[in-house]
Amino acid sequence: MSISRPLPHDAAELHVTGQARYVDDIPVPADCLYLAFGLSTVAHGEITGLDLSEVRAAPGVLAVLSAEDFEHMPDCSPSAEDEPLLAVGKVHYVGQPVFLVVAESHLAARKAARLGRVDYRELPAILTIDEAMAAGSRFEAGPVTWSKGDAAKAIAGAARVIEGSIEIGGQEHFYLEGQAALALPQEGGDMIVHSSSQHPSEIQHKVAHALHAPMNAVRVEVRRMGGGFGGKESQGNALAVACAIAAARTGRPCKMRYDRDDDMVITGKRHDFRIDYRVGVEEDGRLRGVEFLQLCRCGWSQDLSLPVADRAMLHADNAYHIPDIRIESHRLKTNTQSATAYRGFGGPQGMLGIERVMDHVAAVLGRDPAEVRRVNFYEEAPGALPPDPRSTSPKKKAEVQSTPYHQPVEDFILHGLMARLEETSGYQARKAEIAKWNASNPVLKRGIALTPVKFGISFTLTHLNQAGALVHVYQDGSIHMNHGGTEMGQGLFRKVAQVAAAGFGVAPEMVKITATDTAKVPNTSATAASSGSDLNGMAVKAACDIIRGRMAAFLAERHQVAAEDVHFEEGRVFVGGADYAFAEVAKMVYEARISLSATGFYKTPKITWDRMNGSGRPFYYFAYGAAVTEVVIDTLTGENRILRTDILHDCGASLNPALDRGQIEGGYVQGAGWLTTEELVWDGKGRLTTHAPSTYKIPACSDRPGIFNVELWDGRNVEDTIYRSKAVGEPPFMLGISAFLALSDAVAACGDGSHYVSLDAPATAERVLAAVNRVRGDV
Amino acid sequence: MTYVLNLTINGAAQAIALDDPRVTLLDLLRERLHLTGAKKGCDRGQCGACTVLVDGRRINSCLTLAVSLDGVEITTIEGLAEGETLHPVQQAFIEHDGFQCGFCTPGQIMSAVGLIGEGQAGTDPERIREGMSGNICRCGAYHGIVEAVLDAQATFQDGVKRKTA
Ligand code: FES
Ligand code: FES
Repeated sequence: MSISRPLPHDAAELHVTGQARYVDDIPVPADCLYLAFGLSTVAHGEITGLDLSEVRAAPGVLAVLSAEDFEHMPDCSPSAEDEPLLAVGKVHYVGQPVFLVVAESHLAARKAARLGRVDYRELPAILTIDEAMAAGSRFEAGPVTWSKGDAAKAIAGAARVIEGSIEIGGQEHFYLEGQAALALPQEGGDMIVHSSSQHPSEIQHKVAHALHAPMNAVRVEVRRMGGGFGGKESQGNALAVACAIAAARTGRPCKMRYDRDDDMVITGKRHDFRIDYRVGVEEDGRLRGVEFLQLCRCGWSQDLSLPVADRAMLHADNAYHIPDIRIESHRLKTNTQSATAYRGFGGPQGMLGIERVMDHVAAVLGRDPAEVRRVNFYEEAPGALPPDPRSTSPKKKAEVQSTPYHQPVEDFILHGLMARLEETSGYQARKAEIAKWNASNPVLKRGIALTPVKFGISFTLTHLNQAGALVHVYQDGSIHMNHGGTEMGQGLFRKVAQVAAAGFGVAPEMVKITATDTAKVPNTSATAASSGSDLNGMAVKAACDIIRGRMAAFLAERHQVAAEDVHFEEGRVFVGGADYAFAEVAKMVYEARISLSATGFYKTPKITWDRMNGSGRPFYYFAYGAAVTEVVIDTLTGENRILRTDILHDCGASLNPALDRGQIEGGYVQGAGWLTTEELVWDGKGRLTTHAPSTYKIPACSDRPGIFNVELWDGRNVEDTIYRSKAVGEPPFMLGISAFLALSDAVAACGDGSHYVSLDAPATAERVLAAVNRVRGDV
Repeated sequence: MTYVLNLTINGAAQAIALDDPRVTLLDLLRERLHLTGAKKGCDRGQCGACTVLVDGRRINSCLTLAVSLDGVEITTIEGLAEGETLHPVQQAFIEHDGFQCGFCTPGQIMSAVGLIGEGQAGTDPERIREGMSGNICRCGAYHGIVEAVLDAQATFQDGVKRKTA
């Protein structure tokens, strides 16, 4: 059986030989044209003059387009239709595309784009969270507030009240392959688009809209991406639309690829946040009531900010049962890049808020942070799970506890999971040893932290939780499979091919993996929210079940047995004492004039969600995990490194343990990078000053923890997902929070414990040093 | 004015006419010779996706002007395997799952081949991590990458031992 096997990525051999093609590697016809945008240089302003004569005169330039060349400016937004392809009248951030150059070469287009002369009347720019709050600059009429119980009263009645605040920086995706698109005009005005996109259906929709054509005139193909991480959910729209428009106007193929600096300056990033908290807590660490104020910087257009901010609210509890809670969320509009989807989609920011609370509470009460976390965990639901001998859960109550948004937590496993990790990582003993070590080392200080993750799986926009697939069996027994998911390195194609192979009882090599194609499977959702294999795996299984059912019925009749008694295993089909090669059966079924092609469809059951009231069951299930990270800091410079990481993560019954481990390790490294070295800096004029890897520090091979133990929790999903597996794309990202709080622990070791020194994220060497000085009282 | 550049690329000697002295080796490979294995990740020497070997030494091809390379021997990812037989580093990357999206992979592999050739890293994971730190993997597949390099290194040492035995 192909399920649960650690098979390598689908295109492994192509990758290691350099044959795997990304958009920029696709051979183009000789008459291909290349595009580049001319960008805004001010954060907010009215365009008072636009002189593009030098651009037009530059060598190799065929056409230059700006607002005046469009009767209706095409829109590139995934939501609110507030993102014109090119600025109309006003610019809203530094880096906004103002005009489009079409030239004979990539270099010619880029060089010419620098020659544009734009005059602006500058308007006051709103850049920061504080400025936006002061100006009331926001999306939606006011803040969104969800609550359960009466937080203010609960806090007032608690033994202690703790207040604080944390700044949380954004994050550049830095998908190693930058944004790229290629449009190929076809007969009759049709368009084929190759795009590095997580959302081919949206590219199709946006391109069709821009060309004033029906969606059936546009076909979008995505074979693979060189990384996406959410940054290719909506940010590829502008390139695809620009290429399609230029291709339609010139009748020639058009390609566009952002150079790295342009990519970083133009495209949106992870939302940065400030989270203020007020917490009522008992002496044993139990939270009575919590109030969160989440301030979220969304940039100039709405993009996906509302669901991102929602998901931050939906993870404000992480793994903890908070009886009374109030969460207020402000979605602030600023003159910066439009913040967008990024792995975790707001969840990490919301989760960091409550994890900071845990850290703060433990420090104030002088308790072990792991213990404070444990006493606040949700209880394991009665009867939902087989009793777990490792569980340290207190006696079962009859009630299932529910989240701040009133979803019962029925699959909680963190009691057992965290206990096992504490044991395998030697957490308690190491904590004691570190304290001793710190006492005798004045310059270097070590720190350790254990943090859990509970992450909700499903798109919060309920209708997105659907998927389609198309499967053909050819008469030689080979299988062709297509589905709506896209491959960006997460191993989706391999996993889904394993599902198809298992469906027919054949080897995975029999299944051809093909590019995602809007002409084969229509109306797909973005490959996002970790949902890729959950949704597409089920859709492919449904299609395989249909075809296999037809094959079984045919053989059953011929052998006069029941269809259930026909078995597909190891490339053969067994029926009533006889057995055939799978290929033989395919041929017989074909000759009997029975269809060997089917579509499959899946929609996630059980979910309902009332966004306005913050109530319902937005998530089909939760994925869990926990990590212990140990760090060392140099108190003279603030420099630091991760010494050791231990992770125990829940993938349900893993479809492919090798790929899942890769997601866990990679997610952790990226999550730790977000909270430690990856710092985005804008200057007072709204210019992003960290627009290259030289100034924006992405974790390198040498930053990976020297000791890195990753284990999978051997469980099964209690919900009926594809072979009882769990989604794994996003949840491990938040394991990186343990690295941040380990740094906080090391900083605390520099003081006498009399006051809590809060560290903001990312905890760069500079911030760590400043915190050390504050905790020592020598600021 | 046109320059003629004599290069040996993946074993084949070529005379290449260049009309622009500012063309980088990466653009020459990708755009003119259609060898798209080497990738453009940053185009400014900071990510390693464009790594190739020049006379056996690893370089960032995006930072190297093609005209400066007259007479050298260049090996790209396309020239590493011998026919159907993968190079041991390529094989090791598959076995140890040394990638996710694969975009950094050609650069990682060329860098690993260069590192092993330099003979500096040996079997010390710490030094391999240092030696590979010029190649960013945003997917964070570093665990598999280091394992793959260690494994390939061992294969080479075995090979050398067997040859000298
Ligand atoms: S493309 Fe050459 S180092 Fe990044
Ligand atoms: S595998 Fe994606 S960047 Fe390395």
